[in-house]
Amino acid sequence: MTQDTASVSVRDLHLAFGAVEVLKGLNVETAPGEFLVLLGPSGCGKSTLLNCIAGLLEITDGQIWIKGKNVTWEEPKDRGIGMVFQSYALYPQMSVRGNLAFGLKNQRMPKAQIEERIARAARILQIEDYLDRKPAALSGGQRQRVAIGRALVRDVDVFLFDEPLSNLDAKLRAELRVELKRLHAQLENTMIYVTHDQIEALTLADRIAVMRGGVIQQLDTPLTIYNRPANLFVAGFIGSPAMSMLSGRVEGGRFHVGTQSLDLGGYDGEVPARLDPAILGLRPEHVEIVEGQGGPGGLLATVDIDEPMGADSLLWLDVEGQKMSARIPVERSLRRGTEVRVVPVMDKASLFDAESEQRI
Amino acid sequence: MANPATLSAAVAAADAIPGADPGGPRGARPRRALSRGNVFLYGTLLVAALYYALPLYVMIVTSLKGMPEIRLGNIFAPPVEVTFQPWVKAWGEACTGLNCDGLSRGFWNSVRILVPSVILSIAVASVNGYALANWRFRGSETFFVILIFGAFIPYQVMLYPLVIILRELGIYGTLWGLILVHTIFGMPILTLLFRNYFTSIPEELFKAARVDGAGFWAIYFKIMMPMSLPIFVVATIIQVTGIWNDFLFGVVYTRPENYPMTVQLNNIVNSVQGVKEYNVNMAATLLTGLVPLAIYFVSGKLFVRGIAAGAVKG
Repeated sequence: MTQDTASVSVRDLHLAFGAVEVLKGLNVETAPGEFLVLLGPSGCGKSTLLNCIAGLLEITDGQIWIKGKNVTWEEPKDRGIGMVFQSYALYPQMSVRGNLAFGLKNQRMPKAQIEERIARAARILQIEDYLDRKPAALSGGQRQRVAIGRALVRDVDVFLFDEPLSNLDAKLRAELRVELKRLHAQLENTMIYVTHDQIEALTLADRIAVMRGGVIQQLDTPLTIYNRPANLFVAGFIGSPAMSMLSGRVEGGRFHVGTQSLDLGGYDGEVPARLDPAILGLRPEHVEIVEGQGGPGGLLATVDIDEPMGADSLLWLDVEGQKMSARIPVERSLRRGTEVRVVPVMDKASLFDAESEQRI
Repeated sequence: MANPATLSAAVAAADAIPGADPGGPRGARPRRALSRGNVFLYGTLLVAALYYALPLYVMIVTSLKGMPEIRLGNIFAPPVEVTFQPWVKAWGEACTGLNCDGLSRGFWNSVRILVPSVILSIAVASVNGYALANWRFRGSETFFVILIFGAFIPYQVMLYPLVIILRELGIYGTLWGLILVHTIFGMPILTLLFRNYFTSIPEELFKAARVDGAGFWAIYFKIMMPMSLPIFVVATIIQVTGIWNDFLFGVVYTRPENYPMTVQLNNIVNSVQGVKEYNVNMAATLLTGLVPLAIYFVSGKLFVRGIAAGAVKG
């Protein structure tokens, strides 16, 4: 992908409020029709980045290109973007129809064409029945649809979503998530979506940009980010329950924890001859639990507690004084104090340099 | 402690009233109307109410009496013979200086000062507040602080400099000069009011309107103004009462033919020649106070709502 074919291209973007640097040299590019999710904890700059792309914040340095055009100094309306906000931001004094028409009227579009656009958007979003209601008379999910409709009628190239689902209850959020994915498949627009919810990120995204402190930590497909996190932060942030981190050292192709050691053969990456200190990250579903002390490989552990979660159980273990977790079938209940052997699936494990926090 | 239910049942059983509900007392706990607290509370309220209402009563009663009756000296006595002559005289015949056409001239002067002043000051202050709340520019906070600082400087300090400014502008003594003065002096408090109200409107609405391609004025007229009726009502009330009751600016910045009602009232009441017509003075004072009173009665509820809404976020 070259910079000219990219739908949205953020180049070396800096933003500072006085002496506080909020965004520190970001580079992001999206392919046309891509669904990019900006993910990170609050205060990481993800919404700020979105506002910069929208043109609602004046940037300090860098460039923003949309559809091969430098829009760094363009007004939001001239950028070919539509935006959906967390609070929906519907104009309370206007009906749904008025809300949808507002942007088009500002463009001085002929009435007939406005009607046509509204009808199309209403059909796609299934809001035809309440076009004449005021936003106050709509439910949360309906308001969200109208907010999307407001971007939809303007026929924009890029949709920007600023945590659009976080004001909804869990059930509705799951429903609208699926609907959004369907909408994206149907419209094939570029979408940039800000969230702090990793489930939304993993389910919706073509690619995820994980951010922290105004810096993009990793920008890759959801699967890569899940299986091969670039650093300790990404590893800890993505995945629920979280990845277990075992501290130890690498020597002679083995990972040493306390008095025990583990063969690193089959690790997806180059194992250094010596690394001290090191951290081994294991996702709960990527370890096998073998009862009894016998058998080859693995680490000896004691069962601390067993958390049944319906589909499976989360088993908390104590390995040489360190905590780790494992997913096991819910039928296999193990009592506290049971001695077990933990056998990791080594090609799904992640080895980190504890000092640089980067993955090996 | 004993269970209150069983306790009350026991009491009821002890002095059983014939025909009373055998299950014990029911309903809300009876309260004594004349408890010590109530007497104190309502007594205080009564005294306070009398304190405020009595002068008004004296004014109304006096304005309905003829002069012979007033000379008897019973200011609290209701009129024996009700006459509206003082009201007629106050409105249309009382003399101030050379003209003898009563307060009516001052009333219309006040209206001519009031209407443009209120409209102009609210128009400018609301746009000011909107710009300060939503279109932050370099130094906007400093500008705001300076503006608010203006609210704490006594008017008397600025009186003479303003005379010079108006003279240089060539509008000293005209109605427009006074209108300008009222607009300027309304600016700090009104701007503060509007700015605080507009900052309480979610910022995302403003952002959404910008993405929708609305500019400075389109957002103001189509998004902000329709959402801000209560604060406009509050501003109107503050300005109408403030400008109507103004005496100082009226007497300093206009000529006698343009004097507002308050200045004329003063001239009627303080005129030294002839007999002091207390009944006419009372009627004139009541007439002058009617406009702010009417405004309060009409829009009091909206006033409270708007003040509260503006106060939530600063």
